[in-house]
Amino acid sequence: MPETRKPSPRIEPMPVDSPLTGFSTLLYKEVLRFWKVSFQTVAAPVLNALLFLLIFSHVLDRHVTVYGDVAYTSFLVPGLVMMSVLQNAFANSSSSLIQSKITGNIIFVLLPPLSYREFYAAYVIASTLRGLFVGAGVLLVAMPFVDLSIANPLWVLTFAVMGGIILGSFGVIAGIWADKFDQLAAFQNFLIMPLTMLSGVFYSIHSLPPVWQDVSHFNPFFFMIDGFRYGFFGQSDTSPWLSLGVVSLCFVSLAALTLAMLARGYKLRA
Amino acid sequence: MTMPAIRVSAVTKQYGSLKALGGVDLEIAQGEFFGLLGPNGAGKTTLISALAGLVRPDSGSLEIMGHDVAADYRSARRNLGVVPQELVFDPFFSVRELLRIQSGYFGIRGNDDWIDEILASLDLTHKASANMRTLSGGMKRRVLVAQALVHRPPVIVLDEPTAGVDVELRQGLWQFVRKLNRDGHTIVLTTHYLEEAETLCGRIAMLKAGKVVALDTTGNLLRRFATHSLRVRVETLEAALALGGLASDDGWVEFGFDSYDDVERLLARLRESGAGLREMQLGEPDLERVFVEVMHRA
Repeated sequence: MPETRKPSPRIEPMPVDSPLTGFSTLLYKEVLRFWKVSFQTVAAPVLNALLFLLIFSHVLDRHVTVYGDVAYTSFLVPGLVMMSVLQNAFANSSSSLIQSKITGNIIFVLLPPLSYREFYAAYVIASTLRGLFVGAGVLLVAMPFVDLSIANPLWVLTFAVMGGIILGSFGVIAGIWADKFDQLAAFQNFLIMPLTMLSGVFYSIHSLPPVWQDVSHFNPFFFMIDGFRYGFFGQSDTSPWLSLGVVSLCFVSLAALTLAMLARGYKLRA
Repeated sequence: MTMPAIRVSAVTKQYGSLKALGGVDLEIAQGEFFGLLGPNGAGKTTLISALAGLVRPDSGSLEIMGHDVAADYRSARRNLGVVPQELVFDPFFSVRELLRIQSGYFGIRGNDDWIDEILASLDLTHKASANMRTLSGGMKRRVLVAQALVHRPPVIVLDEPTAGVDVELRQGLWQFVRKLNRDGHTIVLTTHYLEEAETLCGRIAMLKAGKVVALDTTGNLLRRFATHSLRVRVETLEAALALGGLASDDGWVEFGFDSYDDVERLLARLRESGAGLREMQLGEPDLERVFVEVMHRA
């Protein structure tokens, strides 16, 4: 029985290389996580978007023009790109978190000295990057088949990044809130999917009856896609500044809500 | 006076109507091999989780190497390594990737020399490039230990590390943990295998219903609570039982005693009772008896 104890040498923890190393490692790990299964997380969504493009352009291209003289297929591509950015940004953070929670390996992120802000930033940036990868993939593959130019790249980039951050934050909220895959699927199928599909990805809201045009203005996804589309055509259903205002408000509100949840340790730290 | 490795002061935690921790006070000195024992639901894992920042106590404070786990959580966590009870792993990565990532979370890059050392000590070098999914349960357990050590923390908490582990791995693991303790790491162990705690731990705390009900050196606990035992096999079981013996399934009857003088008196009474002594064995006090006694009294 070990009764007496000799004085032990003092052990010091290893020195920290940089205050940002923890955050950058979590970001790297989150990017590596989706990159390792990029067939599923990048290539498959690109293919999905292209199938939408193929079907809708085949059916509607000769019958519909938008903003006066823009061909339907050209109009559709930015919508599909933005839809891919949004859906994949959401999928990345939400699936990563719920998998980690259900398998229990979330503990490896909770035990180290990472702040809740670092946690938030790493998950959301990784989600945004996945959204941008998929969006860029859709755009690159679609470009040879459509007549499309970018009128204002800064608007395109601004809305793509903001949309990715907003849906990445949404994904963090859903991933933390959901206790089962079923609950996460409900979030995705009953909230994200309808809001995306009814946001003007496939149509200009000017083609809708007035009442549905008004209803569309309560859908923040509409502003994300409309603002993004403005960057391509220099015209849109509503003012890009209004879209930027709504999107910025969404960003600030969701970031604040997500950070508040993480600061409280909601469903992560009992 | 040296700062304790762990200081727990008046910590309470309530989950609904369940009091998981009811005012726990505890100090563990640097370099100790400390055992935290208790039945299921006693609050061991809650206490460990509170130390690790996974559970926020309702009141009280916890410090690791002098750093408050809430106010100074970065320093506290850098000083602590936790081997969790559950066999959890990230299926996306290889062993080496996982250890590099874990090291990075603690702010350390270019840590391959130490990672190689841990892998070698835990006999995992040949599995460094293997994906976690392909490892056996025992190897996954060793990787959990490696992950807890990757930032070389002064304080290491092992939450039932040998649950469901085969004998060979268990012995290897204890050999390694003993070496860590000799090197100066403070070890806190929870286990249901009381023999392990008796062999390894210099000091033990026993928890029941969220309270510390015993706290002393292992030797003192054995002296204070456990009695020696005399096991006999007799011709007439009833006669032996009438003298206060406890029958076991294998046909032996067991008597407790405090000093060897009592043995003579006990044998004389057995002879007088006509029980007919055929065989006898003397048993040393063990932690299991202490545990049962403490839990019974608390």
